[in-house]
Amino acid sequence: MADISLRNVSKRFKSVTAIDGLSLEIADGQFTVLLGPTGAGKTTTLRIVAGLEKPDQGEVWIDGRNAQDLEPASRDVTFVFQQYSLYPHLSVFDNLAFPLRSPARRVAEPEIRKRVEDVASLLRIAHKLKNKSTQLSGGEMQRVAIGRALVRSPAIYLMDEPLSSLDAKLRGDLRLELKRIQQDLGATILYVTHDQIEAMTMANRIGVIDKGSLIQVGSPREIYEDPDSVYVAQRFGQPQINLLPAGLLPNGALPRNAVTVGARTEHLGLKKDRSGQALVEWVEHLGDQNHLHLRLGEHQITTLTPPDTPFKSGDQVAVELMKPLYFDARGVRLRSA
Amino acid sequence: MSQALTTAHSVVAPTPLARRIAATIVILYALVSMIPLAWILMTGFKTPPDSIAYPPKLVFQPSLEGYCNLFTTRTRQTADYIQSLGPPQTICDEITRKRDMVIAGPSNYAPRFWNSLIIAFGSTFFAVSLGVLSAYAFSRFRIPLADDLLFFILSTRMMPPIAVAIPIYLMYRKLGLSDTALGMILLYTAVNVSLAVWLLKGFIDEIPREYEEAAMIDGYTRLHAFFKVVLPQAATGIAATAIFCLIFAWNEYAFAVLLTSGEAQTAPPFIPTIIGEGGMDWPAVGAGTTLFLIPLLVFTVLLRKHLLRGITFGAVRK
Repeated sequence: MADISLRNVSKRFKSVTAIDGLSLEIADGQFTVLLGPTGAGKTTTLRIVAGLEKPDQGEVWIDGRNAQDLEPASRDVTFVFQQYSLYPHLSVFDNLAFPLRSPARRVAEPEIRKRVEDVASLLRIAHKLKNKSTQLSGGEMQRVAIGRALVRSPAIYLMDEPLSSLDAKLRGDLRLELKRIQQDLGATILYVTHDQIEAMTMANRIGVIDKGSLIQVGSPREIYEDPDSVYVAQRFGQPQINLLPAGLLPNGALPRNAVTVGARTEHLGLKKDRSGQALVEWVEHLGDQNHLHLRLGEHQITTLTPPDTPFKSGDQVAVELMKPLYFDARGVRLRSA
Repeated sequence: MSQALTTAHSVVAPTPLARRIAATIVILYALVSMIPLAWILMTGFKTPPDSIAYPPKLVFQPSLEGYCNLFTTRTRQTADYIQSLGPPQTICDEITRKRDMVIAGPSNYAPRFWNSLIIAFGSTFFAVSLGVLSAYAFSRFRIPLADDLLFFILSTRMMPPIAVAIPIYLMYRKLGLSDTALGMILLYTAVNVSLAVWLLKGFIDEIPREYEEAAMIDGYTRLHAFFKVVLPQAATGIAATAIFCLIFAWNEYAFAVLLTSGEAQTAPPFIPTIIGEGGMDWPAVGAGTTLFLIPLLVFTVLLRKHLLRGITFGAVRK
């Protein structure tokens, strides 16, 4: 196991700046998730840690050593790619054994067999070991790809959206499985995704990344409850946070310079009231809960209600803000109020 | 759902009539293109009189005379002398004696054939080896002026190779490469390598980099990853390229005539010389040509399996 330290790392591809002065400390045994939209520099960050790209500026330290001149093979990291990239000419067994047969390791064949079988049963693909890797379903392929990382027990696991190509059910299963494996092994994992649920459920720490810069780092709870900016607030929570002009809804003293009010379900108090300022446009029944769509003048508000909600479309409701989030004109969070 | 799909497909499926027309065209074409081959094959088994009979004989008594003549040189002898010899040792002895001749020794066909094998397979090996390495480099590394270099490599194919025959002839004379197997291997490699680079680059471009990157992170060097991961997946492209290179090197005639005359002569310039030895010996020519076809046929059949594209499909999601 090892820690990772990225120090002011920058990387440009021709005229595009992929990473711009990114610094991040990842402690030993931590499950860190980098969350951001496509093109934010998540994958490039992973590739720099893996040694597949050289940073233009800045340093990467792995396990207390400057990794600048270390080849990927000698960094003791493993990489699960977004595309599973199983070797099509090899069987599942040989795919899993491939890292152990590398010239850098030279593990004895009986030991290889044992480790491959252990990992295969952990990932529930033991019955597929003899298959060609091309004869597997998407979920099985992805489990083999994860297995190829586990079989080596490296210091650091790097994962690039490993679940993005799976269907919802499988994604949920593997999410739990990954989290369990990480806890069992105490592994250091740097995981990249654009899926807030993956980030919230698996991470010890989340780093929100945009345009090559780290915007905020914190525990899932901190990031959710205490975002530094509109951008971060918008990335978490279902339905998405409602952004309203300050002063639209009655609340106490506004912080100075507050321009925008961010309100999630927990910040909104709703009451049926004939003279209320908002109109229920429609109610979406999701089964375990409802989405309530409100119209407030020219603004939309979406919030959650329990399934036995008394609201129905056409109702007038009074909306009250309860400790919402305030942002200034540049989208920066204002905490003093 | 599957029902609907089947119906949708059957719209574009050929009707029985279209199928029949297509089959007729294919069979006609196959017949037309196979007639020369059949002619050569039959001529090889005819006797010399049958081979020049007019109208041509489609039904004839097969004979091994062509093959005997191909592999031997013969001298004409008097009947008395032939009588004085013991009983014929081989079937070729027997055939030859009927024509008042005896076998004087082996012909040059076998060594010329061997030259063809060495030169064609040797140059194919080098062209494909060099081609796969440079194609990999062009595909994976940022090479300064890569596009210009690739164009330069392609441009060597833009004129007929024979246009540079005279300079090459003079160069080879000076360098002592004239009429050597090494010289011919170098020449055919040079002609084929541009084709190999371009063909293989396309195939290697299609192999995702993630494979090597995964291998390199897993403790392999780039070279190891190249051999363990890239080469097996490029097998299809390598097989196709090797077949193209071999076909060129095997059939090449003009340079072979110009640059080889003795030691290193290949089969293509040798076969026509058979005609001159002792009259119009068409059966020997037919026999020599038939045998000449076999190595290419075997090579292509052996590599057929690798030409099936399917093996590398599906393990990387695009």
